[in-house]
Amino acid sequence: MNHPVTLFVQCLVDALYPEVGEAVVRIFQKLGIPIECPTAQTCCGQPAFNTGYRKEARSAAKRFIEIFEGAERIVCPSGSCVHMVRHHYADLFADDPEWARRAKEIGARTYELSEYLVDVLGVEDLGAAYHGKITYHDSCHLLRGLGIAEQPRRLIRHVRGAELIEMKDSERCCGFGGAFSFKYPDISAAILDDKVKNIVATGADLVVGCDMSCLMSIQGRLSRIGSSIAVLHIAQLLAG
Amino acid sequence: MSEIRTEYYRDGARKAQQDPVLQSALAAAQSRIGGATAKAYMDFPEGPGLRLLGHDIRMKAIENLDILLETLVENIQKKGGHVHFAKDGREATEYCKEIALSRGVRRVVKGKSMVTEEIGLNSALMEEGIKVTETDLGEFIVQLAGEHPSHIIAPAVHKTRREIGKLFSEKLGIPYTTDPPTLTQAARKALREEFLSADMGISGCNLACAETGHITTVSNEGNIRMATTLPKIHVVFMGMERIVARLEDHDILLRLLATGAAAQKMAVYVSYIGGPRTPGQQDGPEEFHLIILDNGRSRILADEEFREILCCIRCAACLNVCPVYGKIGGHAYGHTYCGPIGAVLTPLLVGVNRAKDLCMGETLCGACQAACPVNIDIPRMLLSLRAKLADGDPQWSVTRSSLMEKAFYMAWAGMVRDRRMYELALRAVSGAQKLLPRREGWVHRLPPPFHGWSIHRDMKPVSGKSFIRRWSETHGRRGEGGNEPR
Repeated sequence: MNHPVTLFVQCLVDALYPEVGEAVVRIFQKLGIPIECPTAQTCCGQPAFNTGYRKEARSAAKRFIEIFEGAERIVCPSGSCVHMVRHHYADLFADDPEWARRAKEIGARTYELSEYLVDVLGVEDLGAAYHGKITYHDSCHLLRGLGIAEQPRRLIRHVRGAELIEMKDSERCCGFGGAFSFKYPDISAAILDDKVKNIVATGADLVVGCDMSCLMSIQGRLSRIGSSIAVLHIAQLLAG
Repeated sequence: MSEIRTEYYRDGARKAQQDPVLQSALAAAQSRIGGATAKAYMDFPEGPGLRLLGHDIRMKAIENLDILLETLVENIQKKGGHVHFAKDGREATEYCKEIALSRGVRRVVKGKSMVTEEIGLNSALMEEGIKVTETDLGEFIVQLAGEHPSHIIAPAVHKTRREIGKLFSEKLGIPYTTDPPTLTQAARKALREEFLSADMGISGCNLACAETGHITTVSNEGNIRMATTLPKIHVVFMGMERIVARLEDHDILLRLLATGAAAQKMAVYVSYIGGPRTPGQQDGPEEFHLIILDNGRSRILADEEFREILCCIRCAACLNVCPVYGKIGGHAYGHTYCGPIGAVLTPLLVGVNRAKDLCMGETLCGACQAACPVNIDIPRMLLSLRAKLADGDPQWSVTRSSLMEKAFYMAWAGMVRDRRMYELALRAVSGAQKLLPRREGWVHRLPPPFHGWSIHRDMKPVSGKSFIRRWSETHGRRGEGGNEPR
């Protein structure tokens, strides 16, 4: 049951939101599960891959595979990065059977956090408490890439004192899209504005998600319009 | 060839965003059809898995296209139909012009067809003094207004009732009204006259069936049936990929098409047409011509990476869920095919470099694939196109789109392989960002090339101490030097 897990922290969490990484660590400590973290890790290569720079993405992916190859169970607080490792590494190494094999093996052992907690560990109640209304944003790669929708909701529903209110069009993109967000800022912001309107309309005081990239964009817009709605990664909510 | 304006994507997008009428029309259309389609897939007696079967049927057809087309041609010729293969738009329009001019055709009625839009057929015929009338209500409106369709199946989605009322009173001479039934009646009256006096009917082909040797048209207004049966000559334009092998496959795809397009179980009017009227038959044209168009499709077929896009049956389900299309509408895409399908198909048809904004200007959210009745992996192909733009590709005559960006990612690739260097870079950014304007701890303005981000939102600053540094301080470092065993 208590297999040790290895933390794949995600570059965005590492650099901008270290508190999310610390929350993941606290969750596993609370569960009595040993957690390791390879300190050589940087980025899985997704930013380069999504922009078309496959050679550079391959270079990052190979390094990722070297670093994580010995890990038994890899857990990451980002659906998008797990989607990259689990699904896109195959495209990246389509012409290289040896690396493709290694990538496939790693992909099969890499889990998104809420997926690992609910599907692998069977844990839905982490004993966390939050007194207020929460709305949940479905990140695109988490939802459509990994098929994860119910797991985070179950975890949120078990938080003491919390009321989960579904927003309209939760499954619709927030407009982030990586480099899209600054290359096509007006289109990105128009999509984001719909998301923010739907969040505000729920009356929730907290937005929760499983991907800091979308949440960073949502939070950045909420900050700009002076909203008091808070934004948290699900790990922060669950770690208490 | 119809005009290509893919280079003006950003301008078109800006204009669309500044048009409140268009914005509300797009939002209404997406919320009405987008959600309904998703639900309708769940109601197939075979379950939502029918989409995957549809994908297999289409892929199999694409991979056996030569044999299927040969069979189709033989069967149609047996029934007295004529078939022409056109390698490009010019050849296709020439065939049609030749048929029209040699038979003294003066008036043409058309059923809705994106492929004739792709090759600019209407203007080619009108240059010869032939009157061409679009008979689909939306197309009729767009044609009266002198515009192009902005949606694959709802061509006038960008126009309001008021605009249509004004247009009809100007062009059809009716009193101004915004009442839809009255407007529809006015269009119907004008169109009936055209149907009865036309010498030639032109239609597209939603799907052809090799086994039976017929082409199929679908519509919800009955106009295509009139356009293809009343005039003496029927000319069909068909993209060379729009075919399946067997009737059984064909019928599954028609259901998928109607569901994807409008959450319908079946379109209101479905016509299977295999050739001209035979002796003893009361209806139908005396001449039947099928023009099978390549126009860049065999080049796509030859590339395994993009072949899958030929599975598309033009239902427009992807437009109805795409967050980008929902904000910029169809005209911004600058060519016949818009939305996610256009973002892949248009660059392949007109040139990847000149249509680069189409494949870069998408969020990769994947809603298009989930909505597609034949499950086409559009995000995968958007990524493949981006890879061609990043490094260039001689096979598709693509040149590298940005040397600066390439240099950035090369430097980035070196850094991500070495945590020590990476950490130094993080610290450098963390130090440098102190110079940026802030408000309540958030960065208010970012420098180029990231400044687009901060036009509309704030940015979380890079942490003074990365997670990995924090972890290392409490747990020690491991594996930073390279490939060490664990």
